Amino acid sequence: MSTENRKLINIATAGSVDDGKSTLIGRLLYDTKSLTTDKLEAIERNSKQKGFDYLDFSLATDGLVAEREQGITIDVAHIYFNTNKTNYIIADTPGHVEYTRNMVTGASTSQVAIILIDARKGVIEQTYRHFFINNLLRVEHVIVAINKMDLVDFDQQVFADIKSDFEALIAKSDYTDDQVTFIPVSALHGDNIASGSTKMDWYQGPSLLDYLEGLEIEELEDHSVARFPVQYVVRPKTDTHHDFRGFAGRLYGGNLSVGDDVTVLPSFTTTKVKSIEFFDQQYDEAVSGSSVTITLEDEVNVSRGDMLVRSGELPQSEKQLSATICQVNSKPLRLGAKYILQHGVNQVMAKVDSIEGLVHTDFSGEESTDQLRLNDIGKVKFRLSKPIHFDPYKVSKSNGSFILIDEGSFDTTSVGFIQ
Amino acid sequence: MKNILVPNPKEAESIHIIREVAAQFEKPVLLFSGGKDSITLVRLAQKAFYPARIPFPLLHVDTGHNFPETIAFRDQLVEELGLELIVANVQDSIDQGKVQEEKGRYSSRNSLQTTTLLDAIEKHKFDACIGGARRDEEKARAKERVFSVRDDFGQWDEKNQRPELFDMLNGKINQGQNVRAFPISNWTELDVWEYIRTENIQIPSIYFAHKRETFVRDGMIWTASEHVYREDHEEVKERMVRFRTVGDMTCTAAVLSDADNLEDVVEEIRASTISERGARIDDKRSEAAMENRKKVGYF
Repeated sequence: MSTENRKLINIATAGSVDDGKSTLIGRLLYDTKSLTTDKLEAIERNSKQKGFDYLDFSLATDGLVAEREQGITIDVAHIYFNTNKTNYIIADTPGHVEYTRNMVTGASTSQVAIILIDARKGVIEQTYRHFFINNLLRVEHVIVAINKMDLVDFDQQVFADIKSDFEALIAKSDYTDDQVTFIPVSALHGDNIASGSTKMDWYQGPSLLDYLEGLEIEELEDHSVARFPVQYVVRPKTDTHHDFRGFAGRLYGGNLSVGDDVTVLPSFTTTKVKSIEFFDQQYDEAVSGSSVTITLEDEVNVSRGDMLVRSGELPQSEKQLSATICQVNSKPLRLGAKYILQHGVNQVMAKVDSIEGLVHTDFSGEESTDQLRLNDIGKVKFRLSKPIHFDPYKVSKSNGSFILIDEGSFDTTSVGFIQ
Repeated sequence: MKNILVPNPKEAESIHIIREVAAQFEKPVLLFSGGKDSITLVRLAQKAFYPARIPFPLLHVDTGHNFPETIAFRDQLVEELGLELIVANVQDSIDQGKVQEEKGRYSSRNSLQTTTLLDAIEKHKFDACIGGARRDEEKARAKERVFSVRDDFGQWDEKNQRPELFDMLNGKINQGQNVRAFPISNWTELDVWEYIRTENIQIPSIYFAHKRETFVRDGMIWTASEHVYREDHEEVKERMVRFRTVGDMTCTAAVLSDADNLEDVVEEIRASTISERGARIDDKRSEAAMENRKKVGYF
């Protein structure tokens, strides 16, 4: 076991093309001394070439040639920095209207979302969409960074008006007020990013970095019930481990202990956890998130795609599913279409039984539709070739989500959140 | 007292990925360079399948210009762990006339490796290559997927990548396609070094400070060797150096350092103000150097 387990926070950033998202990330990197000399030099050189009289931090994150040419971010980029107590991973996702797909992707692995609002523009359609997606994916904490405060003379009233507009959105969502934090910032000048601001005495809250540093691990985890999908059966067949038969996988949602009564799905056979092993060590208990190998008391039939759960905490087992779908591929989802449905590491066939509606991402409801196009979010019912063993997404992120894979191209076409 | 396993989240994620590769593909291989990242991968793979052996071979694309210390280390590791090692030689690709040796001041076999790698993938029918690339290394790599699908020509189409949601990995591919899998995508250079220290993993000696015959060009320290082109005015001097990254001699610059143990190396990295790829001569060719190489099949 590593002794240097820093807290890990995954952050999804979203924002419109011009509201300064890349600048904010560049500023975070700069102020936490995460930009190295050669990267800084490259930024200075590029900024000068473009004739800017300030450092264009957005150049620290805009990776691909096409983006540098167009001056916008077009895919999910991952940015890493750390402080003494925390490792941070930022999934920088574009805010352009066509890229719901990328925002969903970035949000799927994040516990914190930063939504940027241009103080001069306030809450716009983009803001609705970003917040809607964070709400759909249950990203635990949302930071609303009201940026470019320098361009509105650091005016408290501007901040207060935007905050009040946003609070009307919170009321329509599943979020509670304490999950959403408002911070007035100037990313370009560094106000309230890694340290406070001398220009906004009226703001008493933490800077962006102070807020993140203060989050506890317990506040970042997806707590539900223990789910252990089996990835791989370990059978060494060596002299020393002749009869060893271990089930390797990652534990989600809760802890599992030696001696726990467990049920193997889909066979519904029951047994007990005999040992929990990780490399050459044995443990009494594994914490959620661990990749371990489990052995069982009885010789039961377990293979990849099966799931171990505690016997008193069985998930739902159904051949029919209702789910919210986000379409992430240009080939539309249509009635009657067949897909490979991947739920964790398990795969079954799925057929679209009905498309119940297209969901508006501004919290204004649904309309009927006969297909879901790229970046659409809709409600869909599926029929499956075999039952899957799931929890509603609201209960368990890992066991309540799935992807759809096209049978021909094998592209990932959709992501689903089970109702 | 209860013995509770609290995971290192990055390690647990990497092991999950390695197990997915072994489960989803018929013939995976681990691309092994002898550098710290691929050595870390070997340790993670050991952990993923313990007490069973690592269920795939290692593939080393050897430019013929590697540091002898790296090759000796490679052979020892393979023997200790009872692994299968496949070596694909760039020299063979040159002899077959498939690639041409570069000449002159910045000549290197680094870009020639691609052909040798693609040939090895085809010959052995590998459907997944596990690599030690990290997203923090370079801007173009920051967009790379964990499972990166390549076509028959090994090409990377950055505009048409499969989205990866949660930790579900889609390794389904058509005939002729293969996947590059990157289990330590989310690790930083410091993460790797701290892990090597915590786990007490053996690494080649050239990562530690040692005396070496070197010369200076473009502000970087180059190894003096028959394999590295040098002009008469470029004066060779013995310097105390170490390497932060291990490619072959023609594309890896040394840094001045007294760090001769892991503790000091980690401290040096922590305090360092030059990013790792700043010492990679192959990236200095242009801003888009890495992206262009990736498009044609470089891993």
